[in-house]
Amino acid sequence: MEKIASRRFGQDNSHLLASYLKDNGYAAARKALTGMTPAQIIDEVKKSNLRGLGGAGFPTGMKWSFIPAANPKPKYLVINADEGEPGTFKDKYILEQDPHALLEGIIITCYAIGSHKAYIYIRGEYIKSLQRMQAAIDEAYKEKYLGKGVMGSGFDIDVVVHPGGGAYICGEETALLESLEGKKGFPRLKPPFPAIVGLFNCPTVINNVETIACVGPIINKGAEWYAKLGSEKNGGNRLFCISGHVNKPGVYELPNGTTLRELIYTHAGGIPNGRQLKAVIPGGISAPLLTPDQIDVKMDFDSLKAIGSMAGSGGIIVMDDTTDMVWAAMVAARFFAHESCGQCSPCREGSGWVYRNVKKIYHGHGKPHDLNNLPGIVNNIGGNTICAFGDAVTMSVGSYVSKFRHEFEAKITKEPAHA
Amino acid sequence: MPNLTIDGKQIEVPAGTTIIQAADKLGINIPRYCYHPALPVSGNCRICMVEVEKMPKMQIACYTPVTDGMVVHTQSPKVLEVRKTVLEFLLVNHPVDCPVCDQAGECKLQDYYMEHGQYDSRLADVKVKKEKKAFSIGPTVMLDQERCILCTRCVRFADTITKTSEFGVFSRGDHSQLDVYPGKKLDNNYSGNVVDICPVGALTDSDFRFKCRVWYLSATKSVCPGCSQGCNITVEWDKSRPHQHKKARVMRLKPRLNPDVNDYWMCDKGRYDYHFIDENRILHPQLNDDLINWEAAANTVAQSIKSLKDAGQSSRIAVLASAQLTNEDLFMVRKLFKETLSGAHVALAPSVPGKGDDFLLKSDWNPNTAGVVNILQPQTDAAQIVQKAKQGEIDVLYVLGADLVKVLGKDAVRQMAGKVKLFVYQGSNINETCSYAHLNLPASVYAEKEGTFTNMHKRVQKINAAFMPVVEAKPDWEIIGLISAKLGAALPYTQAQQIFKDIAAAVPAFSEMTYEKIGDQGMVLKS
Repeated sequence: MEKIASRRFGQDNSHLLASYLKDNGYAAARKALTGMTPAQIIDEVKKSNLRGLGGAGFPTGMKWSFIPAANPKPKYLVINADEGEPGTFKDKYILEQDPHALLEGIIITCYAIGSHKAYIYIRGEYIKSLQRMQAAIDEAYKEKYLGKGVMGSGFDIDVVVHPGGGAYICGEETALLESLEGKKGFPRLKPPFPAIVGLFNCPTVINNVETIACVGPIINKGAEWYAKLGSEKNGGNRLFCISGHVNKPGVYELPNGTTLRELIYTHAGGIPNGRQLKAVIPGGISAPLLTPDQIDVKMDFDSLKAIGSMAGSGGIIVMDDTTDMVWAAMVAARFFAHESCGQCSPCREGSGWVYRNVKKIYHGHGKPHDLNNLPGIVNNIGGNTICAFGDAVTMSVGSYVSKFRHEFEAKITKEPAHA
Repeated sequence: MPNLTIDGKQIEVPAGTTIIQAADKLGINIPRYCYHPALPVSGNCRICMVEVEKMPKMQIACYTPVTDGMVVHTQSPKVLEVRKTVLEFLLVNHPVDCPVCDQAGECKLQDYYMEHGQYDSRLADVKVKKEKKAFSIGPTVMLDQERCILCTRCVRFADTITKTSEFGVFSRGDHSQLDVYPGKKLDNNYSGNVVDICPVGALTDSDFRFKCRVWYLSATKSVCPGCSQGCNITVEWDKSRPHQHKKARVMRLKPRLNPDVNDYWMCDKGRYDYHFIDENRILHPQLNDDLINWEAAANTVAQSIKSLKDAGQSSRIAVLASAQLTNEDLFMVRKLFKETLSGAHVALAPSVPGKGDDFLLKSDWNPNTAGVVNILQPQTDAAQIVQKAKQGEIDVLYVLGADLVKVLGKDAVRQMAGKVKLFVYQGSNINETCSYAHLNLPASVYAEKEGTFTNMHKRVQKINAAFMPVVEAKPDWEIIGLISAKLGAALPYTQAQQIFKDIAAAVPAFSEMTYEKIGDQGMVLKS
């Protein structure tokens, strides 16, 4: 199988410019800058069925086409490298092992949307990613792949790396913009969407690292090639991150149509010590749990949505039959309570309430009413907030309770009978 | 213009109007915490969510713009349910310490719980404890973090209205806390407004705290007498508990909405400068050391004036009228001293120049300087009168509402008092000028009388009597009327409104005005 985003992973010095150039690096950028119009590039990306690989799966070409060309304000490209979704660690590999692939994608994207400045917002804890990315940018400036008149084209591109401050919510694209502007990371009300009013009130495209790293190969080999690799409306491959109870955890690049069963049992080597699968999170901690009877699902955006979960960030967390699902729910709830930005009242107060409730049940202090109230409280958060974080609390924690209610019930202390 | 339907009622509104604004126009009340019409939309409280047909999710009414043909439901089962759930979330970590909370009675958590909540508590856990309870964040405002619902109205007020940015929300999730930035204090000219816009008991007023439960308060519409801006206010008072607070009647002042004058706001100087209403008042007419009755007082003034008038010496009478007087008071002064006694000197009393800012507070700390110009139309100035008095050219000096000592100093006032035969001070409060005056006459404060002020933008606005004048005090116009009657020139007024009718007839700029037309929001003079 042909690999795209991970094609150079594991090579010696893959992060250096010399190595990248040896592998035909920056040829796609040269092709785009010298032989294509911005409209042709956007068209090509549209035809490739490239979708946002950060988790939302929005068609990338369409997103770019929303940038109003007539708007006299500067346009910005922002790369979302605030990879914070638990279970997800794919962007880290690109940033550390193939930073020039991202830079090449940035050059092509900037040219396509008419932007002269790109920001890469990297999760603050990713020290090595920050260092490798900055080193690659420095190399690229030196060799005129960035800066004034990129690659002799007369098109200027500056790239700035910005380390995040440690909040999960800053991976939400509008909170990321606020953070980048120096403010507290609170998601913005939408509309207007960033394509119209984004960074510093200017039209802005925000894309995930992996998405932009795929742009170079698409320009090089053509949209049809890329589209064909994936399923019907979902071109290319995906980097899947598998962790938890599997023999070979790691990042795997596979076609979008791969089933979850293949991923777990063929690629990740199955579950250790002959134990049985109990549950699996298919797309980062925000995605609802799947049970063993659901793992024949294809891992593309639409198929997972159809069975009530989501492809999300591609972070697969496998849990075997030794897992205490109340404990797992508590860990998820604790994460949400810790990371809720605190802007909207349902999510701010609800996420903590849900966590304390689950924690109480886990520790054996839960009463029947605690369990009976839990689904209602969880459901009141989703759909009632500014950003999708609230929905994630509802979908994620809700799925543990609905699918493993018997485990919760087993921990409930029965009311003492009246004497 | 888009035409939409809310709860079956149709309305046409300008493009860009939000659902909550359209609903307000229809008189349909959608609950709100974070939304405030004068502040940027934040959309965080989520209690204003409504159902919009053809939209999959419920929408926040404060942010969603109306579209043509939109159909909105604010009373559907889903909407009523979501209000309950939002209230439940807001109260999960709220201390519910209503019995000791000063906001009780005007708290939107209480009000909306009664209107939209009324659920049984499902909370069986410990609440999140916040750091600061009853903590002073500046000279006038106290903060209670655990009562705060983080609606950020105060944050946005300080960011956009005063542009002083004292407030921030610190930390994250249900540990978020409202506070002022480290090293900052909430100390600007408009601090008190954050108490007004705080929908709960998080920000309370140090001046008002624990003085009076709000349900004891009565409210009277008035105009702030603190400067020439004439901010619309309500005087909030309580007469039912005279054993409290040394019989003080006024408990607080609140701004009253007037988009043409002060919007929702008022300055701290105006807000907190009301204690004079119930403190240090002149209670009885007093001639030198003797308390006398009004009859004797009026006679004393009338006799002095009459003998000068009869001798053709009206020019030995001088009046200094303060711009604290109402248009009605000033008209009476004009009637008596400019028309009945032609030749008397009448001037605007001098006052200490104040400090203004570039928002509401003006440097002229008198509410009615424009009224003096329009109605009294003085032909001389105070300096000339002072000069004449010092030189012994004045026999009767009649000062209304101005503390001359503050402006001219003790020596000048003592000198004048020594030269004139009768020095009358008519005013509401005891000050140093009183001690030099021969005759002190107790006048009402603005909260004890009817009348109008004309602000610096020529807007005539009405003040109303909240309660009766203290002890023997009378409105200034009534005192002038008493004296006038003793001079045989009775002025036929028993109400300020009658005087205003005559002002409208006599002063062209007022010609189209009546109290009814002035209403609660005022009316601008004809130019």
